[in-house]
Amino acid sequence: MPSATLLAQSVLSGVFSGALYALMGLGISLAWGLLRVINLAHFAFVFLAGYLVYQCIGVSGWSPTLVVLLALPLFFVAGVALQWLFARFSVDEFGSLLVTFGLTIMIESLIQWIWTADVRRMETPLSTWSVKLGPIYVPVAESILLLVTLAVVVAAWAWLRHTYVGKALRASAQNPVIAAAFGVSHRRLAFLLSGVAAATGALAGVFVAVGSPISPSQMFGSLGVVLAAVILGGLGNPLGLLAASILIGIAEALTMALTAPSWAPLVSFSLLIFILVLRPDRV
Amino acid sequence: MPVRPASGPRPPGRVVAAVAVFLALACLPLAQPPAFFESFLYLVFLWVALATSWTILSGYSGYFSFGHGAFFGVGVYTTATLVTAGEMPFLATLPLAGLASLLLGVGIGAVVFRVRRLRGELFALLTLAITFVLATIALNTPIDGGPGVFLSGVSMPRLYATPASTLYLMALLVAALALAIAWQLQYSRVGRALFAIADDEDVAEVMGVPTFSYKLRAIGISAGLAGVAGGMHALFVTYVTVSETFSITVPLYVVLMSVMGGMRRWYGPALGAIVVTALTYAFVGGEWALAGRALIGLTLILVILFLPQGFAGSIGAWRARWQPRAARSGAQLTPHGLSPSEAPATAQAEAAVARPSILSLNPPAAAASSSGALHAAEAPFLRCEAIHMAFKGVKALDGVSLEVHSGEILGLVGPNGSGKSTLVNVISGLLQPTAGQVLLDGEDLALLPAHRAARAGIARTYQIPRPFARLSVLENVALPAMFGGLQLAPAAALERAREALDFVGLLDRAADLPATLNLHQRKFLELARALAIRPRVVLLDEVLAGLTPAEIDSAIAMVRSIRDAGTTILFIEHNMRAVLALTDRLVVLNQGRVIAHGRPADVVREPQVIEAYLGTAAC
Repeated sequence: MPSATLLAQSVLSGVFSGALYALMGLGISLAWGLLRVINLAHFAFVFLAGYLVYQCIGVSGWSPTLVVLLALPLFFVAGVALQWLFARFSVDEFGSLLVTFGLTIMIESLIQWIWTADVRRMETPLSTWSVKLGPIYVPVAESILLLVTLAVVVAAWAWLRHTYVGKALRASAQNPVIAAAFGVSHRRLAFLLSGVAAATGALAGVFVAVGSPISPSQMFGSLGVVLAAVILGGLGNPLGLLAASILIGIAEALTMALTAPSWAPLVSFSLLIFILVLRPDRV
Repeated sequence: MPVRPASGPRPPGRVVAAVAVFLALACLPLAQPPAFFESFLYLVFLWVALATSWTILSGYSGYFSFGHGAFFGVGVYTTATLVTAGEMPFLATLPLAGLASLLLGVGIGAVVFRVRRLRGELFALLTLAITFVLATIALNTPIDGGPGVFLSGVSMPRLYATPASTLYLMALLVAALALAIAWQLQYSRVGRALFAIADDEDVAEVMGVPTFSYKLRAIGISAGLAGVAGGMHALFVTYVTVSETFSITVPLYVVLMSVMGGMRRWYGPALGAIVVTALTYAFVGGEWALAGRALIGLTLILVILFLPQGFAGSIGAWRARWQPRAARSGAQLTPHGLSPSEAPATAQAEAAVARPSILSLNPPAAAASSSGALHAAEAPFLRCEAIHMAFKGVKALDGVSLEVHSGEILGLVGPNGSGKSTLVNVISGLLQPTAGQVLLDGEDLALLPAHRAARAGIARTYQIPRPFARLSVLENVALPAMFGGLQLAPAAALERAREALDFVGLLDRAADLPATLNLHQRKFLELARALAIRPRVVLLDEVLAGLTPAEIDSAIAMVRSIRDAGTTILFIEHNMRAVLALTDRLVVLNQGRVIAHGRPADVVREPQVIEAYLGTAAC
């Protein structure tokens, strides 16, 4: 049995990885819940952003602020373009899954072609800096990630709940015909939401690059965990997503501490299976 | 021109051609082609087998699986374990590999197919998750343990002189097996049932398809074939690893190949497999391999956007366009029906099918009973006993009891929300009541699945017609004839369906898709589907709603002629003119209870009926 310190350290690292899952999953949850689009390419966006950050900051030495300010609008446009494609060809929910699957493969190939399949690591002062709180080490980069995730998730929740755009989007998701009859222009709102979703993906990409070594194969590794969190949290529900993500992150971290790291995928995928079989109404 | 006899679905010429192609390919190694050619063809056949097996589940029944890697991987590791640790001869492991995957598939299905919501993208995600779970287990247990399994010391069976030729022949056999099964299924009752499930599972069940067991069969066959292919592939790669075996590649490729080729035709996935394998093979090595992978991703996108029916769909549409108009006027089937050469009935053939007398629609005994003076003396043969139905505390039915007498038209009326449609759903088996019995000839159907009600002779129509969208009008009617009370073979069911369509006046639309019918015609299509099983009792759920006055008159005449032919009818309707014109007795529901019953003219005068149903202003 590992010591209490080790377990506490595990729980903390679980909270941090849960925060990353939530940030990665937010765009998927919003698009799936409100636009009925299952965007697997969101993972590709996250990793593409991660590699761009690695290239611009880690290799070329640009200012991190500049890179983030450039990346967010860039990926916003990519999200809008994707939604335009779905609208233009009136792709249904399942078609969107296949199309974005194809897109993911293409972006993955592109990443492998430019940056190879090898693991890349970005050295920043942040990556090794941690603060000691009692017996526990608190890494600074991950703490920033947690704060950013909290801010983004709460902002998304408030946006959907209290603004016209959010209410109109939720109305359209429930009944597009009636919403349209009340003057909601779903098309424009969908472009906006898809763009915002992609931008949150780019933000997640920044932390993917800063926090740990990055390789193209991780793209599919995170897919199961994040989708499990998205479904468990309830589609289009940012707060639920955050709670589910942190729960899964802690469960994974404890599994790693108590057994072996290679057992970790079992947790999230088994959880996903159980949710789907026992509570399919959540989706 | 003679009508095609109701015989086997396939013209013998095609079987001969298929066998000839197979034999020619099997003899190919005798010509001593270069080894790379054989291994290229090996890969083609492997992917043909995998894509075809995927389509048997996902294309036919619409249950889209991303878990084919799991079935394939279980086959790979079953063979790898048995030939190394178990020291079994390789060929003996192949059936076991298939069996292991089949059991996995049926096990998954037995759990998942009970959950109605788990379709479409949720089923896809679930199966993908299962793949990753299995991969994790294999990686962390002695099945693999991490370093992978070497099969290099395993002795190769000697079907041909060289290993490459032997593997080629095995792959050919597996691919041929998969194609033969897919072909056989497509034209059999099972295939029809699966296509119907893909379009509307609830309706298929109500028409008599035991959907649960058919889905289990589909996933079992699909998984078993993938397992055999996996076992074979273990020997081809000789070094088996978890990351390669359970990778995203297998589900990606089979989905791509099947979607590209066309998933609702047996040969579609094979076409896709040939194209994709050739494309990948052309790009082997280094950077080009990446370009090939990107190209495959792009192809998937383009196919979904521009060719949603796949190559086979385009071929089918092209063939339909070029067939002479005369040959299509009869009962041309959509490609998922009988093979095209079976279907064409010319105008003369149509005339040769004697317009069936109305009486022929029903069993002689029932027909005879209708000629009797009145039905009141008949013993009730369908009885609802104290049926309660609660939805999360809301009582939709609160102790409803009623009797339907043989040969009568029993009217069931009541305000909106009074529980009429719920009662129809309970009697047809779609809903299982919280309490109470549905007795047909003394047998309680209440808790049995809906297909048992259809087999017992209960047919229903839907208030809003729910035809199978991708089956032709004729096939829509043939399906209940195959699975309802009559349990006909496919060819006989088509004959029966033509009779039923002729009866409702839709025979000239037999070849069309339901989307081309207007509401009036769709309601009659619903009627034809109900009549096709020679029902003992038909539940007509608001067949008149939404029709024009002229259409209502023709529908009333139609209902009357159905009854005159001896079929008992439970007639749910708001249109009081029709109710008074048609019904022998009337039952009034309000708030889930029977508030009145008796002769229609008397019932509509009872004060509580006027208050509940007609409102206070009515008089």
